[in-house]
Amino acid sequence: MRFFAALIAFLVLALPATAAPKFPTLTGRVVDDAHVLSDQTKSDLDQKLAALEAKTSRQLVVVTIASLQGYDIADYGYQLGRAWGIGQAKLNNGVLLIVAPNEHRVRIEVGYGLEPIITDALSEVIIQQAVLPKFRSGDFNGGVEGGADALIQQLSLDPSQAEAKAAAAAQQAQGDQGATSGASPLSILLIILFIAIALGRVFGGFGFLPFLFMGGLGGGRGTGGGGFGGGGFGGGGGGFGGGGASGSW
Amino acid sequence: MKMSGILPKFLVVLGLSLALAGCGVNAIPTKDEAVKARWGDVQAAYQRRSDLIPNLVSTVQAFATQEKTVLTQVTEARAQATHVSVDASTITDPQAFQKFQNAQNQLSGVLGHLLSITENYPDLKSNQNFLALQAQLEGTENRIEIARRDYNGAVQDYNTELRTFPGVIWASTVYKSQKPAQEFAASNAAQGAPAVNFNGQTQPNTTTEPPPPPVNP
Repeated sequence: MRFFAALIAFLVLALPATAAPKFPTLTGRVVDDAHVLSDQTKSDLDQKLAALEAKTSRQLVVVTIASLQGYDIADYGYQLGRAWGIGQAKLNNGVLLIVAPNEHRVRIEVGYGLEPIITDALSEVIIQQAVLPKFRSGDFNGGVEGGADALIQQLSLDPSQAEAKAAAAAQQAQGDQGATSGASPLSILLIILFIAIALGRVFGGFGFLPFLFMGGLGGGRGTGGGGFGGGGFGGGGGGFGGGGASGSW
Repeated sequence: MKMSGILPKFLVVLGLSLALAGCGVNAIPTKDEAVKARWGDVQAAYQRRSDLIPNLVSTVQAFATQEKTVLTQVTEARAQATHVSVDASTITDPQAFQKFQNAQNQLSGVLGHLLSITENYPDLKSNQNFLALQAQLEGTENRIEIARRDYNGAVQDYNTELRTFPGVIWASTVYKSQKPAQEFAASNAAQGAPAVNFNGQTQPNTTTEPPPPPVNP
């Protein structure tokens, strides 16, 4: 018995001694730890998010945090994603929309598997256009719903369309700024669509699959968390590696 | 040798190998592989940053031609970081590891400086392409940070296995060639990773400049 006690002590000591923030409990698809959302918003979001997962298996969780405990929201966010294990384990297809009203910070945290679809640039665009304007006028419900809707829309697209949109976000140099150079987002989108269609023809409809698997290569790095229990909502063990973007107001 | 002698021997070998596996003889290679996998992630994250730089430099150049010095520094630091040869043995070679880390930190520093001077160019700051690049760069620095942290975690796990019972027995017998892996220095803001917030302010974290003293009216 002594041997086992010593062994356990070794194992415990061997764990990397990294301080982790404290997280709220994962009580559902909408966790309003900071108490800024109305009941109406919460039930609306819950329905939309459940529908998204039913349709795509992708998990989007909206969370408001009362305190980031001194952590940067990016630092906090990926650890929260791993602790909750949002997304399916093999696909790492979870996304978090994190709002810290007291620190005036917001973040979209993207699981490994969705990084090609919800790129940093697209996350940034969503935060700047759909979330922050509402937050700045004090409308948390509107901002959270706006952000969640934009994410749901992107997550519901089929892969080639989603990729095209993400690429357009990265290349949106032009648009409203009065064309500094080159192609418009629309033409880029069209070109990418054509390429996707052409690839689809060539590879018998599987042209976009490599993109799907690309994200999956990072698989198995989740903390194994979550699990579905008691009919409630739980994470599937998805992994996070810091994709996404943050904003403040 | 008689048949009756083989079966017990076979059982002994089988039993022994099972017992060995239970005693953690596999732990060292398993953890070694984990370290290598996390090392791959670190390199991928740095590569991602490296790939963003040419586009960033040309975008900044278009708006801030007079900042040639900084732009050249960034390009040179990138070239230097790319030229540090890295392979699996880098992990266990303190000097090579230090060299890699220094080159990347150097690049972080000049990148931070570059982002801080973009402050002075309102046209650049409102350029959509630059904003997208900035978001990508921020995300990449974030990934680097996380990859380094995950790598350090795996290294601690592996090194502890090499130095504690029962791993130490295997390390001194079966896996004599296994050397402890190198960790990244505790990463802190002083490394100059650009801290970007989207209030339209960029805060460079450079060690050279102490924070301005509070102004007392």
